[in-house]
Amino acid sequence: MKFKGKTWKYGDNVNTDEIIPARYLNTSDPKELAEHCMEDIDASFAKGIEKDDIIVAQENFGCGSSREHAPISIKEAGVSCIIANSFARIFYRNSINIGLPILECKEAVKDVDKGDILEVDLSAGTVLNLTKNKFYKSSPFPEFIQELISAGGLMKWVSKTLPPVKGE
Amino acid sequence: MGMTITEKILAAHAVKKQGAISQVLPGELIEADLDFILGNDITAPIAISEFKAIEKEKGRELEVFDKERVALVPDHFTPNKDVKSAEQCKMLRDFSRKKNIKYYFEIGKMGVEHALLPEQGLVLPGDCIIGADSHTCTYGALGAFSTGVGSTDLAAAMIRGKAWFKIPESIKFVYKGKLNKWVCGKDLILYTIGDIGVDGALYKSMEFCGDVISGLAISDRLTMCNMAIEAGGKNGIIEPDEKTLNYVKNIAKRDYKIYKSDPDAQYADIREYDVSKIKPQVAFPHLPSNTKPAADADNIQIDQVVIGSCTNGRLQDLEIAAGILKGHKIHPYVRLIILPATQKIYAAAMKKGLFDIFLESGGIISTPTCGPCLGGHMGVLAEGERCVSTTNRNFVGRMGHVKSEVYLASPAVAAASAIKGRITDPEEIKIK
Ligand code: SF4
Repeated sequence: MKFKGKTWKYGDNVNTDEIIPARYLNTSDPKELAEHCMEDIDASFAKGIEKDDIIVAQENFGCGSSREHAPISIKEAGVSCIIANSFARIFYRNSINIGLPILECKEAVKDVDKGDILEVDLSAGTVLNLTKNKFYKSSPFPEFIQELISAGGLMKWVSKTLPPVKGE
Repeated sequence: MGMTITEKILAAHAVKKQGAISQVLPGELIEADLDFILGNDITAPIAISEFKAIEKEKGRELEVFDKERVALVPDHFTPNKDVKSAEQCKMLRDFSRKKNIKYYFEIGKMGVEHALLPEQGLVLPGDCIIGADSHTCTYGALGAFSTGVGSTDLAAAMIRGKAWFKIPESIKFVYKGKLNKWVCGKDLILYTIGDIGVDGALYKSMEFCGDVISGLAISDRLTMCNMAIEAGGKNGIIEPDEKTLNYVKNIAKRDYKIYKSDPDAQYADIREYDVSKIKPQVAFPHLPSNTKPAADADNIQIDQVVIGSCTNGRLQDLEIAAGILKGHKIHPYVRLIILPATQKIYAAAMKKGLFDIFLESGGIISTPTCGPCLGGHMGVLAEGERCVSTTNRNFVGRMGHVKSEVYLASPAVAAASAIKGRITDPEEIKIK
């Protein structure tokens, strides 16, 4: 899995209330959610985002509530991948479970400026900053997680493992 | 090698082709059997849609893995706030009826999920639990492994009764010394988060122990474990003791099992606190780690006080607040909103005469709901407004306008602040 896009950069502890404010949680329609994505931290995001853009952030990205609306709104907005120093654990789980690629890579985060163009190879765990002409390597996911991602997310994996109907 | 309580529970629930496993190590990935799972009116609709998508794909109806081990609690935007929330709650209701899910809680029976499930004896010592809500870590107070997940995890668990986990490292938090007056579980956990930061326990288990914890009521323990996630923790946990057993003995709906950490269990860190140094705390905007003593707050004028939520909406919390408010009037510029966390707590508080005290002081009492805690309804803040709240999160925009502010505190600090109209240490109030 490879992605190429321009970056949006944020700091530490970007939380789920900032990614998708609770006042919009009376719906789970991805399109509606995407319209308000990052609204309380960066009002320009939802309007300016282009397909395959990449979010880069520092520590603990996605902390706060368990709302899957957060990674859903990001994915639906067109973001191809999130790179951060670290992710909050439920956000980490949710992203993997819905098939939103994420990567922990401190070195890449440090050098990125907003607008840089990155090329990310998820299976290899590598990041190429085309603007700055720099290359970074991070550790790949554990085997089981790769299995989930390659199945296309948790539900696809569950569906595969479900026993067939009797007589099928 | 010794194991922590969290490792023991996860090992006992690990699904391995060769049978149960006796040892797990931090970092290992396991699949575990689940004793109980839950979702609410925000998270369950997505899970139900995913469940239905699989049914459609397979061309047949599926059952949930166990009708008595799933709870669906519409509590965030209930009583239905608007048409959209009504639709979401209806999804839970229809799905529960169709799949014969035993624990669907309609208004009139419901409560805020993390106050409700312990009270109903549905979450028990030794359990392995996931909930599609970040504060599912609350149930660790009863000696269960319990953690928040997302809707997709819930959907998969409804079908399979299992979830994947990475075994977390544990941090041990030891509390010693004598508690100061008015200092309760909320102050201890706020102080701890202030000490280690909002990612201080990222991916880790927070194990709370020491004489002070043994002395705490279950209500305070639930408050502490509730906020483990605010330090990034995977779960909060307290070894069951006599108090735990007394609490669950008459309400447990299933069998349960006691696990304790071995003396030679491994910890990533051990932190000790002398609680005699801890004063009533307040977490300033916009992070739960931004704590300082209430007494050090510099004349911070407030507009609203909220007492309730899964953190501090239990009977004991309401009694403490009433004890301070009794015979006082709240400040004329303050709105005081009291939210008993469950129907049962509501009835008990009313019987004990607490409602009279709240009403006479100038407060209002709401039916159980999450309401203002997440800026949903029943007390949303306007631009520039400040609220002292007994809830657990004070992120930007959490209770309403992005330029409003939430100050997290105990019921005692919240009640005292309501009287003075500014953040106040309860010591300042004359008890009548
Ligand atoms: S009371 Fe607040 S923190 Fe607790 S479940 Fe409801 S919204 Fe979440």
